[in-house]
Amino acid sequence: MSELKGWKEIPIAGIPFKPGTEYKTGSWRTFKPVLDDSKCVRCLLCFVYCPEGCITWNETENRVVIDYDFCKGCGICAAECPRQAIEMVLEAA
Amino acid sequence: MTAITKKVEQKLLGLNGDEAVARAIKQCNVDFVAAFPITPQTIIVERFSEYVANGEVDTAFVCVESEHSALSACVGAAAVGARAFTATASQGLALMHEIVYIASSLRLPIVMAIVNRALSGPINIHCDHHDSMAERDACWIQFYCEDAQEAYDTTIQAFRIAEHPDILLPVMYMMDAFLISHTMQNVWVLPDEVVKEFVGYRKIPEVEIPFYGKVPFAMRPNVPLTLGPLDLFDYYYEHKMQQQAAMERAPDIIKKVHDEYAEISGRRYGDGMIVPYKVEDADIVLMCIGSTAGTARVAADLARQEGVKVGVLRIRSYRPFPAHQVRELLKGVKVVGVLDRCGPYGAIGGPLYVETCATLYHAKERPLLVDFIYGLGGRDMSVQDLRGIIAELVDVMRTESPEPTLRFRGVRE
Ligand code: SF4
Ligand code: SF4
Repeated sequence: MSELKGWKEIPIAGIPFKPGTEYKTGSWRTFKPVLDDSKCVRCLLCFVYCPEGCITWNETENRVVIDYDFCKGCGICAAECPRQAIEMVLEAA
Repeated sequence: MTAITKKVEQKLLGLNGDEAVARAIKQCNVDFVAAFPITPQTIIVERFSEYVANGEVDTAFVCVESEHSALSACVGAAAVGARAFTATASQGLALMHEIVYIASSLRLPIVMAIVNRALSGPINIHCDHHDSMAERDACWIQFYCEDAQEAYDTTIQAFRIAEHPDILLPVMYMMDAFLISHTMQNVWVLPDEVVKEFVGYRKIPEVEIPFYGKVPFAMRPNVPLTLGPLDLFDYYYEHKMQQQAAMERAPDIIKKVHDEYAEISGRRYGDGMIVPYKVEDADIVLMCIGSTAGTARVAADLARQEGVKVGVLRIRSYRPFPAHQVRELLKGVKVVGVLDRCGPYGAIGGPLYVETCATLYHAKERPLLVDFIYGLGGRDMSVQDLRGIIAELVDVMRTESPEPTLRFRGVRE
């Protein structure tokens, strides 16, 4: 327990020592959403529904991109996609 | 900091307490207001939305669907660095309860005006202090104002206190329902530019994060901070200790801001925390908060004409509680009548009485203490009632017995 710091040494307001973005929560995933670019019509419904905010539209390449560092594999995007462009694939063990 | 050393020209306006608060908010460079109307706070929100509609302020004003949302929106705004304000009363404050604790633990300097109104049930819109007393342990700084002028002045001071880098705690300040909120009074109003200079813009302090080093304590996309994560037995206590330390630093800052404000406005409220009236030579002291203090001073003066030395001690800052000053000021006083506009319900007395008892326990000489519960649901407290209380306290002084220590004033048998 000796590495625990005292109240005068830690940031106020319960701010963690490193931001949440440093924890790659994508490792929690069991199923991985895989997007078939040829089926995708860029409607961005998946972007709207993703609860993790990890789907973005790359404007220059006109492509929908999933950030696997934070995607938890909930499958909502696959369920909502009107073109069945997203398939949930079991992660390698 | 700009040193403003001389008194400035002020305008005398007829304003009720709610209008006085709205006026002050208009002058305070407030970035964000989210509020839900509730009697008797409604006029604050109405007046302020007029200022927004007329383009007299550039504040972002959000109409929300509840008080829980109002304070939540202020939490979000303050977390990105905005100066945020809201106002509520009674049930509205009760609905905010969850976020009241979150705002202080996230160390967000939100300022909130409360119009003290009885809590349901039975439903009632008039004054007592149940609503804000239920939040007294939430680690907000709490001021109780005596009149509309003080509500105006306290609004302006509140931002400087809350946002002080040594404090970073939210401030709630109270006005008695209708007695202050809806009663028109002569209010001295400072020029806009003087208030703007006094409050300045919200400065974002720095926080030392091991991952980054020193960064601004505000949510910025380019320097992501995580606010409000899970905090278990290994660090929760340390974060609470930091809140306690901030509260311990608050008295000095409250007094300093109050002094600086007094220099420009010419108005003082005791030392900024406690307001004594003829207490030095008093045998009997009436202790109270809020608008009752004015009535108590009249009753004290009348008693003095009859040779009974009565003083009045008004608590302005309930959190932090001015324990040190209470002990000093009550030295040599024989009997104290504590006036609680809030029920005891199983406690030894109302909240102000319990606080005062605890404060005086360590004093060498202690006065006899009697608690008077009064004014629940807006029941009037007249000069005559207070003279009756003084007569009882004279009896206590003569017999040297405070029993019963808990007395209910103005209730029908
Ligand atoms: S919902 Fe399907 S079609 Fe629409 S943008 Fe997402 S992947 Fe493409
Ligand atoms: S699986 Fe869930 S978390 Fe991952 S991209 Fe789809 S909606 Fe987002």
